[in-house]
Amino acid sequence: MNRYRGFFVLALIIIIAPIIFPDSYFVTVVGVTIALNALVAVGLNLLMGYTGQISLGHAAFFGIGAYSSGLLTTMFSWNPWFALLMGLLVTWLVAEIIARPILRLKGHYLAMATLGFGIIINILMVQPTHITGGPDGLSDIPVLNILGWDIDSDIRWYIVANGALLLGVWLALNLINSRIGLALRAVHGSEVGAQMMGVDIERIKIRIFVVSALFAAFAGSLFAHQQAFISPDSFSFHFSIELVVMVVLGGMASNYGPIFGAAVLTMLPETLVVFEDYEVLILGAIMMGIMIFLPQGLWVGLSQKIKPLFLNKATSSVESVGG
Amino acid sequence: MSDVLLQSLITGITIGSAYALVGLGFAIIFNVSDVVNFAQGEFVMVGAMSAVSLLAVGTPFVLALFLALIVVVCIGLILEKFAIEPAKSATVVSTIIITIGASIFLRGLALLIWGKDFHSLPAFSGETPIHLGSATITPQSLWVMGITAILVYLVHLFFNRTITGKALLACSANPIAASLIGIPVKRMMLFAYGLSALLGGAAGVLIAPIAFTSYDAGMMLGLKGFAAAILGGLGNPMGAVAGGVLLGVLESLGAGLISSGYKDAIAFVILLLVLFFKPQGFFGRAGEERV
Repeated sequence: MNRYRGFFVLALIIIIAPIIFPDSYFVTVVGVTIALNALVAVGLNLLMGYTGQISLGHAAFFGIGAYSSGLLTTMFSWNPWFALLMGLLVTWLVAEIIARPILRLKGHYLAMATLGFGIIINILMVQPTHITGGPDGLSDIPVLNILGWDIDSDIRWYIVANGALLLGVWLALNLINSRIGLALRAVHGSEVGAQMMGVDIERIKIRIFVVSALFAAFAGSLFAHQQAFISPDSFSFHFSIELVVMVVLGGMASNYGPIFGAAVLTMLPETLVVFEDYEVLILGAIMMGIMIFLPQGLWVGLSQKIKPLFLNKATSSVESVGG
Repeated sequence: MSDVLLQSLITGITIGSAYALVGLGFAIIFNVSDVVNFAQGEFVMVGAMSAVSLLAVGTPFVLALFLALIVVVCIGLILEKFAIEPAKSATVVSTIIITIGASIFLRGLALLIWGKDFHSLPAFSGETPIHLGSATITPQSLWVMGITAILVYLVHLFFNRTITGKALLACSANPIAASLIGIPVKRMMLFAYGLSALLGGAAGVLIAPIAFTSYDAGMMLGLKGFAAAILGGLGNPMGAVAGGVLLGVLESLGAGLISSGYKDAIAFVILLLVLFFKPQGFFGRAGEERV
């Protein structure tokens, strides 16, 4: 039960927040965006944090999900749920196809390849104007409906998005603590070492890449319905970077770090509204500052600084009992 | 058809020269410090924008270009001193994020200083195009190609003929061994960042009369420069130059034959194909992984 303690704390925070602050813009509106971003970040963390592979193109998968839902529901009047499934299917195919050659690359080469992939997908959203609506994007995306219940208000979206986040975290937790999770961490430690222990490193890297892409696509589909309007700007290189920052800011390979990172990075522009012109500047400064001074991330770095305070007390009390 | 090809070739070599200078800067920094500097494109933007501002306050043309380059070199040195050096033991992912952070920071700074407007420099020597058969070439294109060729040749001489250049190469081969034989490795790192900032800034002032510049113009140029360096093989500075020109030509041929909207996509598709089938680049040596 211990391994799910954090999960229940997270669930509790999510449930209590709108009860305490029912009219807060930060909870019911920004909270939805945080949950969707966090869902992508949790998926990306499986790839970056646990397996040690970087992706500078994850906004593309978020975008494929969003555009599948947007296009199929507006142009072909599909049921949103079938559109969402189709989005997952397309993402799965695309991820599966590019994962094999891309994940053979390492370090800077992997960064460049994923970055290039992200930019190509983004251009494919901008250029065929007659299909995707070009730079103006798609509008009038219909409302999502769950068992006859229209998701059309802030608080309803809050429930759906955070429900999706909890589901994602639950899946990720189970994955990490399974045999596959152990293999992933072995790959992170040493690919050669993992291979010697009989881990099929190529297959496991591809699998986790596909899983993290599906997390992003699922969040993307929800995003399209929640916004009712999408444009290529939301899925650019800049968003890929923000996703990486969410993972790193929180702390890689920690289960809840990416959620913390997503919350901080999503709130940032909202709180900096007064300093709108400084937003870009401050984002850059935060990225550099965290990496230079707290390379394990804010979440992990701070909790490691705080933990010894408690641990010392615990050990000293044990000693006093023993003595 | 052939005049379309010739015209694309001219445009391609011109813009490819800028990619070559940015890629050369990438390769120098990567060689010396194993860091891929994502802020390289920002050097280009800062160079161009500073020159525009200096001209606007009445600085004579040549002096303005010269001062703009000094501004860029200072930024390169500051970047190394305050962002790269303190994070010495950082992992690949960390250094990528630090330099991306630096590039976003510089972009934010440029937004504050220069706003969102597009700017342009006047051409170095007149606008009258020169006719080459059915194609035309602007004097500025000749300036870009000529100065790029000179700079590349100087960098080549620097690495092969001067003691400082050889010391820099020694740092890239093995920093510990280099410091043991008395090479000031820290100062060499600073020098490498200054040099590659200078190259980026030069690219900026050279193409500013052809392509409009704005606070966010650096990103795409930086990525293309990175792509050029990878096409040529990351560890090989002259490979990066060849990669840059090649990328410029392929991109402008693609834009001429297919559609200019897909210009950037073409560049990155080529990049992915090279990474998939020849990851060591066209001119790089295949490396082996150390366990």
